[in-house]
Amino acid sequence: MTALLKDIARHPSGRIGLITFAVFLIAAVMGKTGFTPYDPLMQDRIARLQGPSAAHWFGTDLFGRDVFSRLMDGIGQSFIISFFSVGIASLLGAVLGLTAAWFAGLWDGAVMRFMDVLLAFPAILLALLIITIFGPGTWTSVLAIAIVYTPIFTRVVRGPALSLRRRDFVDAARTFGSSRRYIMTRHLALNLVAPLTVQVTLALAWALVTEAGLSFLGLGTQPPNASLGLMLSDARNLMELAPWLLWMPAVALMLAVLSFNLLGDALRDILDPKTRRRLA
Amino acid sequence: MSLLSVRDLKVGFGPRPEENQVVHGVSFDLEPGETLAIVGETGSGKSVTSMAVNRLVDFGGGRITGGSISYTRSDGASLDLAAAAESELEQIRGREIGMIFQEPMTSLNPVMTIGAQIEEIFRLQQGLTRAGAREAACKALERVRIPDAARRLSYAPHQLSGGMLQRVMIAIALASNPRILIADEPTTALDVTIQAQIMGLLAQMKRETGTGMIFITHDIGLVAGIADRVMVMQDGKVVEQGPLDKVLDNPRHPYTQHLLSAVPHFSDGKSVRGDKASPDRVLKVEDLSVRFPVRTGLFRKHTGNIHAVEGVSFELRAGETLGIVGESGSGKSTTARAILDLVKSTGGVTQVDRTQTGGTEKPVQMVFQNPNASLNPRLTVQSILAEPMTAAGRRIDEEAVTRMEMLLSRVGLPADSLTRYPHEFSGGQRQRVCIARALMLKPSVLVLDEAVSALDVSVQAKVLDLLIDLQREFGLAYLFVTHDMAVVERIAHRIAVVYAGRVVEIGDARELLANPRHRYTRQLIEAVPSLERRRAEYSIDSRAMPSLVRPIGFTPEVEAWLGAGEDHFYRQEA
Repeated sequence: MTALLKDIARHPSGRIGLITFAVFLIAAVMGKTGFTPYDPLMQDRIARLQGPSAAHWFGTDLFGRDVFSRLMDGIGQSFIISFFSVGIASLLGAVLGLTAAWFAGLWDGAVMRFMDVLLAFPAILLALLIITIFGPGTWTSVLAIAIVYTPIFTRVVRGPALSLRRRDFVDAARTFGSSRRYIMTRHLALNLVAPLTVQVTLALAWALVTEAGLSFLGLGTQPPNASLGLMLSDARNLMELAPWLLWMPAVALMLAVLSFNLLGDALRDILDPKTRRRLA
Repeated sequence: MSLLSVRDLKVGFGPRPEENQVVHGVSFDLEPGETLAIVGETGSGKSVTSMAVNRLVDFGGGRITGGSISYTRSDGASLDLAAAAESELEQIRGREIGMIFQEPMTSLNPVMTIGAQIEEIFRLQQGLTRAGAREAACKALERVRIPDAARRLSYAPHQLSGGMLQRVMIAIALASNPRILIADEPTTALDVTIQAQIMGLLAQMKRETGTGMIFITHDIGLVAGIADRVMVMQDGKVVEQGPLDKVLDNPRHPYTQHLLSAVPHFSDGKSVRGDKASPDRVLKVEDLSVRFPVRTGLFRKHTGNIHAVEGVSFELRAGETLGIVGESGSGKSTTARAILDLVKSTGGVTQVDRTQTGGTEKPVQMVFQNPNASLNPRLTVQSILAEPMTAAGRRIDEEAVTRMEMLLSRVGLPADSLTRYPHEFSGGQRQRVCIARALMLKPSVLVLDEAVSALDVSVQAKVLDLLIDLQREFGLAYLFVTHDMAVVERIAHRIAVVYAGRVVEIGDARELLANPRHRYTRQLIEAVPSLERRRAEYSIDSRAMPSLVRPIGFTPEVEAWLGAGEDHFYRQEA
């Protein structure tokens, strides 16, 4: 793990991604544990719609709440939702993809066709449907985004698993009488870690955007709590009066997505033995 | 004037090719109708040299850093290929200079049928109509001895075996009747009988058209049959060059001498092992058969069976090697896999008797052809060796680790190997890891499926010696599946020849190789290249292997066995 971090730090774009991600992670942890300059929910009637200043670095919003503090809280909220949803999606996708490749036949057909159905819906539309059924909230968002991204992980895992299953080392394992569980964990799953890791970083970026989209539409995080999408939505009407309200969360979202994509690029180069040699 | 004249050719790779040279000043001439063989092991620069001639090396990240390649066109004009523009080269590549590659799998477009890919050549280069091109493509496939040529045209590359694909590649290269043909290890992936066909075909075409050929190979035995001149390369330099007989009979350079002496060469049964096996039987296979269902149509109806293995019987004694030889698709690997239950057998009995004490319920173990594919790249050697123990429900205690260390040192690997990963070893060392793994459970029978075929020739000899030593020490019985007659001659006590799913001849190795009785065995032995067979006239026998697809309920005819000695039997031929 430390070796991997070192490799990322040595990778030119990976270094930028890693630093940006670290800054965001610190902000998110501080935002969620209450180490913010102001209470993100505290309203200050006197200091409404103030521009960036020494007291309020990123200015204040319509209710006089500190934008910087709300941003930290919002990033925390966005990170929690995207981490949990991608965690569930990758785990579920890996298990479904592995078993589909291994058992083949009817199970494979059933799983993959169901995934095709899910993929047929645009991501945000499917998420909207799920939230409409269960009602908005943090955990509904997690569930919705997880379901939306599971098919991608299933496919990413099933493809290589199908080819690994036919490799000689799996046949060799059968001649020893190795158990199915041993073959699936040691010979298949272990060789799938690399493609899965790359996919996770990319999915994190998408999940972040999807979560912001849901909140923007009022179906994700509910006010008065902060979230990037919600802040963007609130700022929309005050765009000309207080442009910082729009700029701050927009830039934050963009940088967060960028950091995940840069990390994904770096991981793809590092985990692929072919490009790895070129980097060293 | 020479057809091709290469002078002081230098090729480098990477952003600074001058500093990273792999070919250091190679010079040679090629006359029309002449065959130049370039011989060398992996990494000698033989392929790069040939790819520089048609400038394919440019697409692999290489650059010609010095020298000239002067090529004489059909109108007599001379052209320096080393300096020619890409637009000129496009007119020459594939039309005037054809190429056959080493890896047929990656040379064909996987999403197009092979028919479409061959027809394309005929349509573009010879202006044939669709129907004419289809007919020409069918003929081209028949010329390279592909059975059911008309039906195969609609196959995608993945539906054909590696040997079949290489034949398709050769058909494509021959389609435009090139003036120079570069053949980069074209027969390495093929069976000896097919190899002989292809060699015969190449020689015939060379005589008819005056094509100059550059033939690249690692097999100096193959060179004897086709080359007019030989060029031996090592580490990007030419170490010896001259007429065929001079190089083979009076090699000057020590490396040429090494190639001629260290590599197993076939000698009609003269170098068979002299030691005797014990009389204890360890494996008895009786009437083994394997059938795969053929399903056709929309509803995947079961319309027939492929009789891959039919009525195979043999016995194996402790300390004995039974060589199973045959061409690809003959069912030799399927037989091996059926004994290990990797494919379901549809009939027959396999009976194993234990010999080594302390063995488990898995007395038959296997070593696969490709050590890169049979070792999980993410596991250390310790985990790899532990797997058979774990599978047998044993704990990995001190005793197990001691056994691992003992076996590793026994197969000639360094003591610190346990903590290393497969990619840290060479191909030969990886195969040694596979052998050690197969021995973990103290088996009595080891099935070796083309176990040395993927290794470099000089490594092959060392692994064979190791296998013979291990056999004596542990009293192992080997079932040695191979297509390589030179290898089987070195290791087998007895040989079974498999053709179209059945054993056609079985018996004592020396007796069988010296006096083959069955038509197929004779054909097989005649096809083996050897140093003594100079400029051999390989006959082109375009008889196809019979189709193994049979209707449901088909009962195969069983030809009677005929005896030809105390331990030598063959099937009666119709």
